[in-house]
Amino acid sequence: MGPLVPDIISNDLNFIVALVIGVLFGAILEQAGFSTSKKLVGLFYGYDFTVLRVFFTAGVVAMFGIIMLDHWGYLDLNLIYINPTFVGAAIVGGLIMGLGFVVGGFCPGTSVCAAAIGKIDAMYFVFGSALGILLFAEGYPIWEEFYKSYGYGGIRIFESLGISQSLFAFILTSIALLAFWSTSIIENKINGVDKPAVRFTPYYLGLAAVGIFIAISAFMFPPKKAGLLELVDNKEFISGYEIEEMTSDELAYRIMEQDKKLQIFDFRPYNEYKKMSLPNSISFSIDNFFEKEPNKLLNLRHRTNVFIANDETEERKIAVIANELGYENIEILKGGIPEFQSKILNFTRISEPKNKVEETTFRFREKASNIIPEMIKNNKPAGKVEKKLKRVVGGC
Amino acid sequence: MSKNYMNPYLAGFLLGLLLVATVYITGRGLGASGAIKSITIESVNSLAPEHAEGSKFFKEYSATHEGTALKSWLVFEVIGVLIGAFISGLVSDRLNFKIEHGPNIGPKVRILGAITGGLLFGFGAQLGRGCTSGAALSGMAVLSTGGIVTMIAIFGGAYMFAYFFRKLWL
Repeated sequence: MGPLVPDIISNDLNFIVALVIGVLFGAILEQAGFSTSKKLVGLFYGYDFTVLRVFFTAGVVAMFGIIMLDHWGYLDLNLIYINPTFVGAAIVGGLIMGLGFVVGGFCPGTSVCAAAIGKIDAMYFVFGSALGILLFAEGYPIWEEFYKSYGYGGIRIFESLGISQSLFAFILTSIALLAFWSTSIIENKINGVDKPAVRFTPYYLGLAAVGIFIAISAFMFPPKKAGLLELVDNKEFISGYEIEEMTSDELAYRIMEQDKKLQIFDFRPYNEYKKMSLPNSISFSIDNFFEKEPNKLLNLRHRTNVFIANDETEERKIAVIANELGYENIEILKGGIPEFQSKILNFTRISEPKNKVEETTFRFREKASNIIPEMIKNNKPAGKVEKKLKRVVGGC
Repeated sequence: MSKNYMNPYLAGFLLGLLLVATVYITGRGLGASGAIKSITIESVNSLAPEHAEGSKFFKEYSATHEGTALKSWLVFEVIGVLIGAFISGLVSDRLNFKIEHGPNIGPKVRILGAITGGLLFGFGAQLGRGCTSGAALSGMAVLSTGGIVTMIAIFGGAYMFAYFFRKLWL
């Protein structure tokens, strides 16, 4: 599950990744024509809307791509960098940048790109940016308060507007298409070109088809999670599914032995877990399967992962989901927690043992019913499984 | 070799895919001004270490960044941008030293404009926590409110001021 840094790609290798991404970034910008200030400012004088086309297309494609990765469970959005929102600084900073854009003819990325192919004005622009940053640094105490005011953290636009993510994506796409169409008309008028603004060439239809496919797969198909939840509602499917069961006695024995290879995942509601929890058990939920950090625990090697809940069917459903997601070494507690309570925690002899084996079992359960409640009392619940909330540090 | 530029929608599509790949691999978006910032900070740190020590901005920066300012993701990315743009310029035969300026101004005015514009952009990118790449484009990709507000302000601002600077370009 993404992001791949720092687990699959180390922090050091990430610098090489940065270099490769940069090469592609620079090449695309240059090929698009962002290495000339005349083309860039054309946007503001109406004779060349290339910037708007490239920028808006990239933004919409990236938005759908990220929504799609999240939807299919390939990217944990809790871990990615969401630019923090400080309204005042964003507006004033943006306006100053806008002024810099029409005066200087570049933005930082495009100036670097233009400087690379020998544009001397772009080199001076880069130099100017360094001066601007220095100025900001020197006067920092003056604007620090404003810089940090009106902060809302990593809030997302559809939350701010109080609409759904899908609706926002739809609105943004509509605005983009409308902008593509209307700017083409303006551009043709200003340049005296007499072509229709929208032409349905195979080329454009092809691009549009790919775009529509991405958009559809980001919303229309049910996400992996919903599909699995639906699957486990099928009773026949569940009962035919082979899941290993652990008896109350085995669980009690392994708890008393303090078996390090045993991992207990408690799927009861958190408030029940807080009231009473087995030693070394951890509170878990189905959502955790779809998050990057929590499911690491399930992937530890040579462990037995036992799922416990208030009834066995519930445990079975969860185990099936986990199995379908590819997790291994999963067992469920036979009879759920109620059976564990009646057979172990609150064990009393209701009948005389019929044979030797039963006698041994009864003796073991008596011993366990003394020890385990004591262990439970002394145990500090480990709590909910930890989510690494540390996001990637990003931004400029 | 052709000097034609790539179709803008195709370029945007590729840029969008690159951005998705960047977020998927690294968890962060693209950027540019941050690299210039790192280089500026490192220069001050080595040229005037005492001055840097007394400045709150530099202290806050080193508190949130480990090691030298140059060992930053964006510095590597921007070195890549230089290489990628250079290769692209080479392939499309666009490499040459020149000062590009509007028909009604000379190179001197253009250079002055470039420095002033750069200064404003650099300053604004610090205040706005990112430039067109880091805040506007990457912010739009992850649907960050701040990123989108910054984007609207940058382009809105540029349209607002464009009229007053038309002599520079038209």
